[in-house]
Amino acid sequence: MSLTSMPPEMAIEQPARAGLPFRRIGTAVGRLTRRSPGFLVGLVLILCIVFLALFGRFFTGDPLLLNPDVILQAPSLGHPMGTDAFGRDVFARVVAASQLDLMIAFFAASIAFAGGAIVGAVTGFSRGWVDDLVMRLVDILQAFPAFILAVGLTAMLGNTVRNVVIAVAVAYSPYFIRLVRSQMITAREAEYARAARCIGNRPWRIMTHHLLPNCLGPAVVQGTLCLGWAILDAAGLSFLGLGIRPPTAEWGVQVAEGTQYINSGQWWISVFPGLMIVIAVFGFNLIGDRLRRAVE
Amino acid sequence: MKAQSYAAAGKPMSGGDGGRSAAQGPLLRIEDLTIGYFGQDRDEPVRIIRNVDLTIDHNMIVGLVGESGSGKTQTARAILKLNTRPLQPLEGHIFMDGVDLLALTGEKLRAIRGDKVAMIFQDPRASLNPLMRIGDQLARIYALHQGISRAAAQAEAIEMLRRCGIAGPERVARSYPHQLSGGMCQRVMISLSLGMQPDLLIADEPTTGLDVTIQAQILELIQTAQRETGSSLLLITHDLGVVAEVCQRVAVMYAGRIVEFAPVDELFTHPRHPYAIHLLQASLALEAPEKAAETPASGYPAEASPSLELSVGQETYQASLESARDPDATAFMVEVSPGHLVLGTPVTVDQAVPSGFLSGQAGAKV
Amino acid sequence: MNGDSAPILRTVDYTKVYDIPGGRLYAVDGVTIDVWPGEAVALVGESGSGKSTLARGILHLEQATSGEMYFKGEETTHMSEGKFRSLRRSVQMVFQDPKLSLNPRLSVRQTVTEPLRLHHIVPRNQLEKRFREVLDMVNLDIRLANRRRQELSGGQQQRVAIARAIATYPDFVVLDEPTSSLDMSVRVQIIELLRRLQRELGMAYLFITHDLSTVRTLCHRTIVMYLGRVMESGPTEDIFVNPKHPYTKALISAIPVPDPRVKKARIILTGEAPSPTRRIIGCPFASRCSYVMAACTEGAIPMFDVGAERRHQAACILYRDEQWHRRFEEETRALTSAIRDRQGPS
Repeated sequence: MSLTSMPPEMAIEQPARAGLPFRRIGTAVGRLTRRSPGFLVGLVLILCIVFLALFGRFFTGDPLLLNPDVILQAPSLGHPMGTDAFGRDVFARVVAASQLDLMIAFFAASIAFAGGAIVGAVTGFSRGWVDDLVMRLVDILQAFPAFILAVGLTAMLGNTVRNVVIAVAVAYSPYFIRLVRSQMITAREAEYARAARCIGNRPWRIMTHHLLPNCLGPAVVQGTLCLGWAILDAAGLSFLGLGIRPPTAEWGVQVAEGTQYINSGQWWISVFPGLMIVIAVFGFNLIGDRLRRAVE
Repeated sequence: MKAQSYAAAGKPMSGGDGGRSAAQGPLLRIEDLTIGYFGQDRDEPVRIIRNVDLTIDHNMIVGLVGESGSGKTQTARAILKLNTRPLQPLEGHIFMDGVDLLALTGEKLRAIRGDKVAMIFQDPRASLNPLMRIGDQLARIYALHQGISRAAAQAEAIEMLRRCGIAGPERVARSYPHQLSGGMCQRVMISLSLGMQPDLLIADEPTTGLDVTIQAQILELIQTAQRETGSSLLLITHDLGVVAEVCQRVAVMYAGRIVEFAPVDELFTHPRHPYAIHLLQASLALEAPEKAAETPASGYPAEASPSLELSVGQETYQASLESARDPDATAFMVEVSPGHLVLGTPVTVDQAVPSGFLSGQAGAKV
Repeated sequence: MNGDSAPILRTVDYTKVYDIPGGRLYAVDGVTIDVWPGEAVALVGESGSGKSTLARGILHLEQATSGEMYFKGEETTHMSEGKFRSLRRSVQMVFQDPKLSLNPRLSVRQTVTEPLRLHHIVPRNQLEKRFREVLDMVNLDIRLANRRRQELSGGQQQRVAIARAIATYPDFVVLDEPTSSLDMSVRVQIIELLRRLQRELGMAYLFITHDLSTVRTLCHRTIVMYLGRVMESGPTEDIFVNPKHPYTKALISAIPVPDPRVKKARIILTGEAPSPTRRIIGCPFASRCSYVMAACTEGAIPMFDVGAERRHQAACILYRDEQWHRRFEEETRALTSAIRDRQGPS
């Protein structure tokens, strides 16, 4: 908007400090990568893992193939990450596990986000006894550390992938509930909410149509961080023997399988999957952190 | 007595002459001030406020008028080097007592702030510490600036509150800012600023947002205090009524430039710059509706560039919105009558433009 | 004001009380007003006068504590929200700050057509046509239709807010300080627009403001409020030229005049509006009035007729009988002549 095209009342335009608009993600990402190397690094790391998850299986063999001839082999050209006690290619398993872990993380975080956002929006908007009731339930959930809660739920529900997703989602939903609720409490007092009511909107429509989209910003950021934590939790659960069990390839499972061999020198069985966990969590954390600063 | 009724005393030194204080020289002289920021291009800054010249004499109230975005607040803030980031003064000087304020830093700058030049802002509550009682805050500042003891500063604070017409100053001194109304907070700020006895007080929209009866009180207070202390006042406002009541000289800003600077009577009866005329007509349209029918203030076109001709001696100048907005135009302040300056670009005789769309108003060809 | 038509809005003894720490705040106390079809009424008052509270009550955003409200003859005081919603197509509001009252995520088109869609005013295929009509009425370029609030200037934003309010061609529009956040030259344009719209669409306005200068060109009648009560009510010109209530006189005289040659005879009030935690007995202005008498704080003060024919009333004991009236007029002649001077210069 040049000086000459604006009406006289806005002849001067001060440089604006824009927050992160919910929509124009493309330009926002572009701006973030330019300004913050951390974001770029995180993005690259995650994209690498995603690439691995999507296309890695074209480069590797069967993750479940047992081959007693090549057990416990150190990393080499044929087996870039070595083989484990059953002769399975560690790299193949790492790749297969990346699919699983990313999927768990994505679904768990999405369910936590969606469910938490809806619950948070409804309670934040209605206040009253509904709000009190829900928040007490949330308090109960948050009395436990998220991982412990996930452990308990998985133990209760049974050791399947689906249950791991549910357990992790439930463990993290309180964060989303609180975030969206607090945004909603402020938003419902906004003048445009009052205006929406004046033109004849029903309360439900005001909440979903007008307010909710404006409340999701911090929750989206939290969602990004949650992706990383979900991977950590899923891996932690399977390391403990809950959730995903061998022979399914999952990073936590692999780490567990390799612990007994570390002392005898076959470090590659645990270390590589462990490294993948670190990279994934680190990458999501970097992205989420920079996003949070941009939104603020 | 609950209410007083009296005709306003004649304003001191009405009518611009500039000559009375000539012996002393002006109190503050802003010369060619340019304010801007460095955007993407680190070498070439974006100039928001350009080539501002403004003179404030001793014991005078000068008004700085403009609409939002005209640059009046940032111009005033530059005097104290308090521009909001990323804006900063880029070029020019601000002379006070022979010293260029823009060149000062550190201790010397702090010595000026509050002592010689004080500022009050639009939202008085934003200037007060919400966690401290009023009396304590004021006392602290007085003690710091005047080097007196805390107890003496407390007494001084209460006395200044009383002199600013605050009933029950002891009670106010014991209160916290949130317990006081907006008008009361503003009076506290005025009492503080004047208690520092600055040479220049800058008031940035001090009554905007206050009720009109409170505004009348505050303006009354500002005028009385200014008369008593002899400080000069730079009053920033968008309200021409306030300007007419209080100010002796007025500068009109538009698009980051001063487009007209004149004694207050002159400005209201013989405005010369199209923008100043436009502003006056807008306020008249509301105030005196019978005149609104004559003037096309409502149909003011955004794109057209009405311009007027100024003749000074042998030379002709063109005053227009375009030349004010255009950073490349060679425009400078032209003295059309003593003390009355208008922003104009020189034109040669064959390029003289016809009078603008404003029919028959003051300001068409001289 | 024909006999068989009802006022668009009537409030009878409307009262709204809030419980606050330290007592009860009578934000609006026993206010009775009428707005007739096609009439523009100004509701003037300073902060704490209760005008915004009253506006919210009129729009059914809050429930009255006591008193009644009628819209087109139908009582709406205790009407359910659902039932009132269907009335909302005929009573709309323009808010003070368009930066706040417009949803930043919606485009101009979405904002303006929303009420049309909610109330099914026009069939879907007619929406765009109606949208363009309305846009044209508020002087907004169709090219702005896809812009969001942040991409518009202050004046344009307020026009969008006005467009949204008139989209359903309502009978009654409440405007809460619609020009207070706008620049001077934009203010004139918006007032002019509102005046034209009122003529073209025949809507009734309740124009709420503390800025008296915007009222004169737009509103036929003016009601002056102070601390929750009505102080004076009458034709706008009369209120400006011949204010009767001492509060109104102070208010009118406090307006700064953009003409330095007019010597102001100004009434300066000392003190400020107190924030009452108890209901005020008698006149709320008694504590600041220079004509205060014992009777001012003894009981409720009714509205007395002060103008000859034209429904000019003031809630002031000075007008209770002729004798007081004359003395008051003598004393304040200086003030009224200064106010009349304003119409003279240039």
